[in-house]
Order: sequence, then structure tokens, then C-alpha cells
Amino acid sequence: MARRAKNYRNDGDSVYRLFYDTVKGGDFRARESNVYRLAEVSVEIIDQCVAQGVPFAREYGGLLDNRSFGGVQVSRTFYARGQTGQQLLIGAYQALERQIAAETVAMHTRHEMLELIVVDGRARGVVIRDMVTGGIETHFADAVVLATGGYGNVFYLSTNAVGCNVTATWRAHRKGAYFANPCFTQIHPTCIPVSGEHQSKLTLMSESLRNDGRIWVPKSGEDKRDPRKIPEQDRDYYLERIYPSFGNLVPRDIASRAAKNVCDEGRGVGPGGLGVYLDFADAIARLGRPAVEAKYGNLFSMYAQITGEDPYQTPMRIYPAVHYTMGGLWVDYDLQASIPGLYVTGEANFSDHGANRLGASALMQGLADGYFVLPNTINDYLADGPFPKVAESHPAAVEAVQAVRARIDKLLSVNGSRTVDSFHKELGRVMWDYCGMERSEEGLRKALNRIRELKKEFWSDVRVLGTNEELNQALERAGRVADFFELGELMCIDALVRRESCGGHFRVESQTPDGEALRDDDEFAYVSAWEFGGDRRPVLHKEPLFYEYVEMKQRSYK
Amino acid sequence: MAVTGLILIGYLLAHMYGNLKIFAGPEAFNAYAHHLRVLGEPLLPRTGALWILRAVLIVSVLAHMYAAFNLWSRAHNARGGTRRYYSNKTRTGVQRTYASYTLRWGGLVILLFVIYHLLHLTWNIIHPGGAAAEPYERVVNGFQIWSVVLAYTIAVIAVGFHVRHGVWSALTTLGANTSTLARQRLNIGAYAVAGVLTVGFLLPPFAILFGFVD
Amino acid sequence: MDITLRVWRQANSRAKGKMAVYKVNDISEHMSFLEVLDVLNERLTLQGEDPIAFDSDCREGICGMCGVVINGVAHGPQQTTTCQLHMRSFSDGDVIDVEPWRADPFPVIKDLVVDRSAFDRIIQAGGYISAPTGTAPDAHATPVPKRDADRAFDAATCISCGACVAACPNGSAMLFTAAKITHLGLLPQGQPERYSRVVGMVAQHDVEGFGGCTNIGECTAVCPKEIPFETISRLNRDLISALTHGGSHWPKAAPRRDELEEEEDDIIGF
Repeated sequence: MARRAKNYRNDGDSVYRLFYDTVKGGDFRARESNVYRLAEVSVEIIDQCVAQGVPFAREYGGLLDNRSFGGVQVSRTFYARGQTGQQLLIGAYQALERQIAAETVAMHTRHEMLELIVVDGRARGVVIRDMVTGGIETHFADAVVLATGGYGNVFYLSTNAVGCNVTATWRAHRKGAYFANPCFTQIHPTCIPVSGEHQSKLTLMSESLRNDGRIWVPKSGEDKRDPRKIPEQDRDYYLERIYPSFGNLVPRDIASRAAKNVCDEGRGVGPGGLGVYLDFADAIARLGRPAVEAKYGNLFSMYAQITGEDPYQTPMRIYPAVHYTMGGLWVDYDLQASIPGLYVTGEANFSDHGANRLGASALMQGLADGYFVLPNTINDYLADGPFPKVAESHPAAVEAVQAVRARIDKLLSVNGSRTVDSFHKELGRVMWDYCGMERSEEGLRKALNRIRELKKEFWSDVRVLGTNEELNQALERAGRVADFFELGELMCIDALVRRESCGGHFRVESQTPDGEALRDDDEFAYVSAWEFGGDRRPVLHKEPLFYEYVEMKQRSYK
Repeated sequence: MAVTGLILIGYLLAHMYGNLKIFAGPEAFNAYAHHLRVLGEPLLPRTGALWILRAVLIVSVLAHMYAAFNLWSRAHNARGGTRRYYSNKTRTGVQRTYASYTLRWGGLVILLFVIYHLLHLTWNIIHPGGAAAEPYERVVNGFQIWSVVLAYTIAVIAVGFHVRHGVWSALTTLGANTSTLARQRLNIGAYAVAGVLTVGFLLPPFAILFGFVD
Repeated sequence: MDITLRVWRQANSRAKGKMAVYKVNDISEHMSFLEVLDVLNERLTLQGEDPIAFDSDCREGICGMCGVVINGVAHGPQQTTTCQLHMRSFSDGDVIDVEPWRADPFPVIKDLVVDRSAFDRIIQAGGYISAPTGTAPDAHATPVPKRDADRAFDAATCISCGACVAACPNGSAMLFTAAKITHLGLLPQGQPERYSRVVGMVAQHDVEGFGGCTNIGECTAVCPKEIPFETISRLNRDLISALTHGGSHWPKAAPRRDELEEEEDDIIGF
């Protein structure tokens, strides 16, 4: 889904309202000016995509259809049958192919950026590895743009594609780019639960399921009966019980944490006790099966395909999963990182979502940055050029290439006894347990120790077979996991410093008397921008946040 | 491929109509054969129309064969050699019709048969069952021999399969298959044309073999 | 359950490949097919054997990265992507053949990984609408009949996985090409380039070395997105219109793959 403040529905939508919702949704940890710009250009995005041929849903009159979605009260989400993101991607991809055909863009598929080249304090190029031949290449430019996505895979299991990684941004971070709010990750409540140790990927289902499904667990953890056979009085509809006014429709972070809590109490269902029921029996009884099928048919069949269970007969099982990372490389209003000439867009930067992202706004931000913000801001930087040419033999380039080679050689030469994936899984488990939905000082310290141990073990006991000069997927993954260790450490440090509960991040030391999240605006209304510390501790730079147009408020859903 | 195929199917339908004249007796059949030769007179010289028709047919057959060879050779190259998949678990495809499977070899069978068929009944060069001056006798003499009927039957069935996929494919290629309904109709149509041709061509020889026509 | 995998192993595009046999025991029916390969790779690594290379990314059936031929069928026994195929579709003791997409324009890079950049070049030959950023009119300026929008959408769901090519007895990529043509050709925004698009893309399709379509329909039977067969007929209709309305003045196809490789790498933006 993709949001724009078009007010096509005459329901009072406006740029201001989208701006307001996004700032509030981000729990007042986003930069106000950036969010306002995002809301402003949002209206142009839909025009651009339609012109490119993205087949958004239409009404019978031929005009665009839109929906209310993701905790907002106006219909501003344009959609394309539950795969809007993919359709927007295809639109952008086709536009890119057009540029390739016009020879204004040279595409390098199956190449991975492994190092940033910084010359005289400016980002001037990259070192990339050809993943088919293993060739290490350098490319030079006046500016470098990273549009390399988020780092949710630090948790091993997430709804991100398995190839997503932090390497490009992390390499830039190591070269001096600040990493902002690394501990802000979004946990989505309606994912299909893990079915066993083998699990490689989690699948997200649309949150709209919560509109008609009722969430419950058995009152007793001992109750292992078939869910259909559990009578009403033995069920705990915990969201309806704790949040009577919002019920099953509480925001993502609250729904996620409540599910975690009941599972921690031992009342979870399904394999490993990590799941809660999402029950459509009442909806089917009330609306009839055809109506439920018309609304959720594709989601139900997706669920049936993955789990082998029929959600029309037996309740769905859901569990929260990592979906998006609000943190990323720090950028200024021009999307320029703390290294001049380095620009970061989309999920790879930290800019617009604060501590929590509203539904359907990731696409909005990615497209806004790429289509409308960057083309204007990068010109300003390029106007300072022309910059002196960088030769392949420049010490900075040579050093970067050598670093890449040395790292690859090291990974290939350890020849230990554990696979890359086994390390990644263990790291993910630590991150999920201690730096996921709920964090505590004690847990985070434990996690930091464990991550450091694991990192050491990784570099002395990982086994990567084969050579560099071939398609070597284990080698690719090894490099990424090595960076995830360093990122994981920084995430825990960031979480440790942020002694407040905000967005989806519940800090046990900061809660209201009745156990709800307590934000601390006096202490923590800032962006934490971390400077890479090398062997020493990372250095925290605080960017204070000011809210001129939206009044800071504590969220309450009771 | 599509256009020439449809021309040939049109020809086959006319040919079948002529064959069925055999049930009207020797005079009607021979008169029909004669009529084909004087068609268009005096605007055209004797056998003029027939030669025009033949020219169209020859060009169509050659173009059809060329296109078939071209498609086969492109497919061969695109598949990357002869042995494509080592698994032999789904040799006959997921849903493909038997007709589509036999298209190329069936086409060869038809080609060989057409040569034989021309030698026998048009050019009167070979005479199974005894030579005759009139076409009616030639036909009746030939189809009293079971082996001739068998060869003819195999060829006609090959034509049936060829046409079943051919009609469907030709009309799809010409852009007539743009909805689910069109797809259903095309399939029914293809079966109908193939069925009519197969039955229509097989009636005369079997009638002769079993003595209903003599 | 215990199964036996017969997997195509090929060190690189130049090497000769062969089928190798692996037994995989104690797998759960809830595992996806790719997770079985993951488990096998973990074991192979610990045994010091080269793990099997295969492509995958989103693992939820939308990116088009994964795809292998299982028991002779592209994406295996269910009409979905390989990542969405679960082991409950198989039985204990099964012997399962796993091979890469096979087509000359899809050279094998290693084991089960193939290079599908031929598809990119087909798109480059016209599979887009020229709409420079910032010039777009208001999205509501051009109404699109719902029926056309829905049909365009059906075609737009193509994820370019290449199963159609792997399944086609002719090695044709017509379903892929037709999906793109239909998606853009049904929308009013796609009209100005409609005919140059079809001529350019079909020409590039042939240049890449894909076979010709003989309307057999195996492609639609394995397509994980169920792209309808009618898209092919739509492509043909557009092609006939294009060729009868002006023939040769439509643009020529983009350069071939081998011509591209010789060009200088000239990066503009990264």
C-alpha cells in the first residue's frame, strides 16, 4: 500500500494531516521538517506511479480507489490488490530499464558493494565484488548514493528478503558515516509463526486481518486442546480485555508486545509456544463465509499454503516478527550523510519514521527520496564540482581494495567447525530476546557480552568453503554476518543508552504504574547518531528534536 | 504458420466435401472431378482455376514447412541441445495436449502421406488395386485393400491431431484468443473442425472397404 | 520424512554438469523446499563438500528470484514459486530430481543458479512507459476503466521468474514478454508507445535466442502468478497491428548481450 495526502475522498485529508499522523505515529522521534517534506511530495508520488503504468485499483468510474489503512482515519492509501509494494517496484524497475537502454545508467547485477572509498573527506567511490567471478572492482564518482535497504536480517528471522543485509551502510559507517537510531526496529504483529528450527524466513500477513479476527490464547498454559474444542470461558481475548476501547485494533507495537507477554507467560500456542490465535469463527458466523472470503481470501490461501492448515476451519496462528528498521545512516535534510558526497535514501537512512513507522509509509518514503528529494538536493553538492579525478592507484582506493581482499582471505582461511548460518541464527536469537520488543538494562548487557563472544568465535571458528573466484554464496553471507555482529553490538549499545520506552520499544525501566510504555521527552527527545569508534567505544552525537507544529503527547490506547 | 495453416485447413474442408460426393455415385463424383478442371471457363483456360488453387497450395505448404522447420530449429537451439532435463518424471508435460505433442512428427507423417496420395490418386502413377481411367474407379479400387485404408487412416488421424492444435494455435497467433470465453470457444471450434475432417475423410474409405460403396 | 534428492551440480558456466544424489533424513513436512536445500547445505559444509548454489531472496513468492525444475516441472508439483512449495507436497521415501531452468538464453552460472538478464534486455527494448519524473499529470486526469485496470493488473503480477521459459517445449519467453506488453498496452498511459513496444520487445526476444511460441500452454500451467494465456494472443494482436501500420519505422531492438559486454563501464550514479 502507498499513502498520499490526495484528499480524493473529500474526507479532510491534507498534507498537514499526513504530516501530523506521521510525526505522532513515529512517537515524536522523527525530524519534523523531513516529515513535512515527505507529506508534501507524497501527492506527486501517486501521479508519477500512475504515469509509469502502475495498475492501482480503480473504481467503476475509472478513478483511483483508496482505503483507510494502518491506524489512520482517512482513506489515503492507494493499493494494488495487496501487492502495491511490488507493483511500485516494477514501475520503478521498468523506469530504470529505460534509463539503462538510454545508456544513462550502467547496471551491474550480481555485484555487491564491500567498501566505500573516501578521498580528502569526500565519498568518491566504492569497491565492489563481482559475485559470479569474484573480481574486485573499484568505481569512482563525484558522489555516492546508497539505496541499500534496511538491516532487519540482523535478527536472522524477519519478513525481509533473505538477501537483505547491512554491509553497504555498515561499511560506510566504518568509514565515518554516523549510524542513527540503530535500535529502532519495527515489529509487525501479524506474521505467520515459526514452524521449526529450519525456518529461514517469516511471512507477513496484512494487518487488516485484525479488523475482523479476534486474538486469543487459552487461559491456562496447560490447555493443549484443539482450539475449536476450547470453550469460551477458557479463552483469554487478552487485547479486548486489556484495551477495551481499541480491542484487537491497538497499534502494531502494543499488539506485538501483548502477544510476546502472553507467550512469555507460557500460554502461547503452536510449535514452541510462540504464537497466538487469530480467530475468524465469529466473523464467519456474523458476515458469512463468502464475505470473509471476498475480504481476506488471498491472505487465507497464503496462510493455508504455508502452514497446511485451513483458516476457515481452525483459527490462524500469528506471532510478531521484525518487519522494518527505522534506524539507518544519519542524514541531514538533503539526505547527505556525515561524509560529504555520500547520500542515503529509503530504508537505508534513518530520516522519517522516528521510533515507529505507520503502515504504508515505507514505500512513500523510498519513492519520495528517490524521485523527488535526492534529484534536487544532490545537485547542490555536484555544483561544487568538478572534483579532481581519483586514480585507481590513489592510496585511499588501494587501501580499500586491500581491506576487502584481506577480509575475504581471512573468511576463507579460518576453516573452523561452524557454518555461517549457525552463527547468524544464534546472533538473531540473542537480538530477538534482548533487543527486540522488550529491553532491559540487564538483558542488553547480557546480549552485548554474548555478541562479543560470538563475534570472536565467528572469526576463529567459521567454516567457509570454496574460493573467492567463483559464485560462493557462503562467502557472501559470511561477510554480511560479520557486519551484522558489529551492527548488533551497536544496536544493543544504543538501546542501552535509550532508557525510555518509545515507539515499539518497551524499556522495562521506563513504564507507567499500570505497565504501559513511558516515553521520556526531557531526556531522550534526540536522534542518537553514532560515530564508529574502531576498537574503542562508539561515540554518541545527539541531534536534539524540536517540535514546532505538533505538540508532543503521550500515546494512550486504553 | 498460422495463415498458411488456415489456408490448408480451408482446402482440406473443400477436399473432404468432394470426397463425400462418392456417396452420390460414380457420375456425381467423376463430374465433380471434371468440374474442378473446367471451373471458371471460359474466363480461365481449362484447369486454370485448379492451377491457381494448386499454386496457392504449393506456396502454402512450402511456407508452412519452412516456418515449421524454422520454429523447430529455434526451439532446438533455445532448449540448449537435445537432452534438456535429466528427470524423466514429467516427460509429457503438465497440461499439453497430445495433439500439440505430435505436431512436428505428425506433420512429417502427413507430408509423406501427401506424396503417396498424389502419386496414387492425382498423378495415377501407382495403382494399388488396379489402374483405372476414371477417378471414381481409382478410389474404389484402392480402398478395397485393407493396407491402403490403414495407411490412409493413420494419415487422417495425424491430420486430425494436427488440425486440432493447428486451428487453436493459428487463431491464437492471429490474436483471436483474448479472453477465457474466447479460449473455450476456440478449443471447441478446434475440436469440431478436427472431428469433422477426421470423420469426413474416413467415411469414404471405410464405406468402400466394407462394401457399402462399390 | 526421509527423501533422496538428485541435484544438478555444475561448477560454472563452462563446466560440464551432472546429477548428484543426496539423502536428506528427518525433514519436517512444514519445511519449504528451499529450506531442505538449506539443511542439506549445512550438512555438506560440515562434511567439507561444496554447498549447492541456488537463488532465492524474498522467500514469500513475490520476487521471482528462486526457481528450479523439480521432477521435470518448473517450480515443482504446485503452481507456486519454489519457495512456497512445502514438503507436505511430497511423501516419505520420494526421490526428487532438482535441475536449473534450462534454456540457451539462461546460461547456468553454477549448480541451480542461472543468468536471467536476457529478460532485462527484453524490458529495455520497450517494456516501460516513458514518464520522466516531475512531468506526470494528476493521477485522476486519465480515468482507466476498471475492467482494463484489472486485466492490466493480472498481467502486471508477472515476477519475471522465468518458469515459462523453463517449461516451454520451445524454450520461448512469450508469456513473459506478453505479460509486459499486456500490462502496459491495456492502460491509457501505455498507448503512445504501444506498437513500438511490441515490435521492439518481440525482436529482442528473438535476438536473445528464445524459441518461437506454438501456443502449447505449458507456460501458463506452471506460472506461479497464473498469467493468463490470453496475454499471448494480445501480444500477437498488437504485433499484427504494428506490422500492418507502418512496419519498419518502429525502433530496432537493443544491442545483444555479447555486444553489451564489450562496452566501457561508465557509471552515472550508483
